[in-house]
Amino acid sequence: MDFRLTPEQETLKKEFEDFFAEEAKRAPEGWTGRTAAAADSDENWAYHRSVAEKLAQKGWLSLPWPKEYGGREHSYLEQLIFNEVRAYHGVPGVDNGPYIVAPSIIEHGSKELKQKWLPKMARAEITWCQGWSEPNAGSDLASLTTRAVEDGDDFVINGQKIWTTGAHRADHIFFLARTDPSAPKHKGITYFISEIDKPGITIRPLLFINRKRKYNEVFFDNFRVPKKNVVGQVNQGWYVTMAGINFERSTVGAIADLRREFRWLIEFCKGTNRNNRPLAKDPLIRSKLAQLAIEIDTVRQWAYYVSWLQSKGQNVPAESSVSKWFSSELAVRFANTAVEIMGLYGTLRQKSKYAMIQGKFEDLCQYSLGLTIAAGTTEIMKNIVARMKLKLPR
Amino acid sequence: MDLDFTETQDILKNTAREFMTRYYPKSLVRELEEDATGFREDIWKEAANLGWLGWIIPEEYGGVGGDFMDTIVLFEEMGRACFMLPFFSTVICTLPILNGGSEEQKREFLPKIAQGDLIFSLALTEPSATYEASGINVRAAADSNGYVLNGTKLFIHDAQVAHYFLCVTRTETDETKPENGVTLFIVDAKSPGIIISPLDTIADDKQNEVIFKDVRVPGECILGQLNQGFPLVKRLLDQAAIAKCAEMMGGADWVVENCLSYAVERVQYGKPIGSYGIIQSHLTEMWAETNIAKRFTYYAAWLVDQGLPCCKEVSMAKAWASDVYRRCTRMGVQIFGAIGTTREHDVGLYYRRARQAGLLFGDPDYHRERVAREMGL
Repeated sequence: MDFRLTPEQETLKKEFEDFFAEEAKRAPEGWTGRTAAAADSDENWAYHRSVAEKLAQKGWLSLPWPKEYGGREHSYLEQLIFNEVRAYHGVPGVDNGPYIVAPSIIEHGSKELKQKWLPKMARAEITWCQGWSEPNAGSDLASLTTRAVEDGDDFVINGQKIWTTGAHRADHIFFLARTDPSAPKHKGITYFISEIDKPGITIRPLLFINRKRKYNEVFFDNFRVPKKNVVGQVNQGWYVTMAGINFERSTVGAIADLRREFRWLIEFCKGTNRNNRPLAKDPLIRSKLAQLAIEIDTVRQWAYYVSWLQSKGQNVPAESSVSKWFSSELAVRFANTAVEIMGLYGTLRQKSKYAMIQGKFEDLCQYSLGLTIAAGTTEIMKNIVARMKLKLPR
Repeated sequence: MDLDFTETQDILKNTAREFMTRYYPKSLVRELEEDATGFREDIWKEAANLGWLGWIIPEEYGGVGGDFMDTIVLFEEMGRACFMLPFFSTVICTLPILNGGSEEQKREFLPKIAQGDLIFSLALTEPSATYEASGINVRAAADSNGYVLNGTKLFIHDAQVAHYFLCVTRTETDETKPENGVTLFIVDAKSPGIIISPLDTIADDKQNEVIFKDVRVPGECILGQLNQGFPLVKRLLDQAAIAKCAEMMGGADWVVENCLSYAVERVQYGKPIGSYGIIQSHLTEMWAETNIAKRFTYYAAWLVDQGLPCCKEVSMAKAWASDVYRRCTRMGVQIFGAIGTTREHDVGLYYRRARQAGLLFGDPDYHRERVAREMGL
């Protein structure tokens, strides 16, 4: 075994480090460093967009894409490095476009779709929200009921989406709708992309537990999408969502977020006295901090392993599910432990006069709740491991 | 980056798996648990023939010339098989001979170790039960003919069959810095004044009390430098902790695999218990935690092998693997249900060993404190 990066990978890492460390300095006040908070406020959104434009200029939004679409065909490990460094510095700039929509178009889209949409994504000209979940289709996403009915050159969409992060900021939406209600549930779904600022769509806020506007409900009422905006074949949308085989799936960014935040907590514990000694000298707190460090570092090594398996050409549904499950559960535990260590001060909100570490752990205690649910709950991750790895019966 | 085992390591692993299946059934584990020596000469010789005892010994001293990293796969397979013979003891005592032994000592001991002619036992811990330098209080006092050892070593594995002890002693007292004044001796186990009494432990793993009463040792038996033996001990402890992690992960592998097959066979309410979500949740946790611990163990082992700074990572590995193995074996018993709590069921062998192994070479709290120190807290 050899855990070292190659000299070329080290050089690349340094290039990313230099850029993101510099960009991190431009973060607006109150920015937590969590990418999904980009939609929370006008300042955050402006920051996110300005970084996206710089990334586009450097050609870094399309690093994993094939060369013929302007990408650099970055290997899994190179992607891992990019994703880790960016997240560690808490810099936004990458939305669903390059990593979720683009792979679907690259693998399943028509030539016309590729020519129209991929350059816009690479140039950060457009932004996306994801219309997948519905009130009655969460973990069981394939049971979704939003209807799409053919009408001339269009499909007419009726139904409701929910948990649509950033729908109030994005100018485009990619979504799934049922085109054949009589087919088995996975076989009657179609994948659409569309501009959002059109008649027939209503976006309502659904405030997150921390009062911030992250989620939305999206209502379709005779919303028209041209047929040419179907990605892949009609009724094959479920399989289009599986695209992205060439994208790394280690969840390393989620662990890098924790590493950044853990650093703040360590500094706090070193610099804060309680009972006439720094918190960092209290044996109970040392033990808690060491345990967090252990969990962060062990899961990080696991993420590298997932990327390594991918680089050998392996499909890693179970292994990447373990990354997602452990990093998200750890985030919740970590935030709660941090607030506990900070004591009463830990619960003060961001702009409170007495808030410490800018109230970031008060926020993370709430923010992290979404992590164990979004993009597949912990329970679903366990199901994937149980079925695909352990081959347990139904 | 290359996170695969080498071809040699793969072969070593397969050979070890076959060896254990053939020569080391669970019935023999039980037999040796009840046996005072816990030893079988024929199996020991067979292991020596396969080169395992000399794996990390350079060829010039009659060994195979392999890496420490290679032995990780052996330790895994031994953990999986509940291997009780004094391989672990002998190998961890070989390490400081390689790292700090004189040319004469290497020529004297290494070829015989590789041949399977010598068994070593590490006489480190004492009634204080700590792995810190401050716990080393067995005295070695200089006299005209060498040194005289006095004191009690406790929790000493394989003393009952050892030909030699690697005995960690105090030759000088430095109240402010207990790391100073520690000296290692290679002590002939037949020396007059050594009294060995077995300890009954949860794992039946052949631990002993070893009393040194006016034991005379010639000066040339010092391993490394007089008064400056602690760095050798420290390195040995890191290597031993990692080897123990590998052993634990091998055991955890057995538990996960056997729980999985049982969960598919065992039918309750008309369905295999492995089809129930609650059992699946337990099993996925056991599988995931074990594999995460295993990958981190490899990482720490690689750092050790490369001679890179690894104090923090070794402690992280040992704390996490110990916790994981204890949880995994506890849930393993739960999945087997009542039969798992009987003396006759194999899962109990692992449950008991997990309680023991978690504490050897530093328990999780000890290692968390070491991690805290390494983080600059």
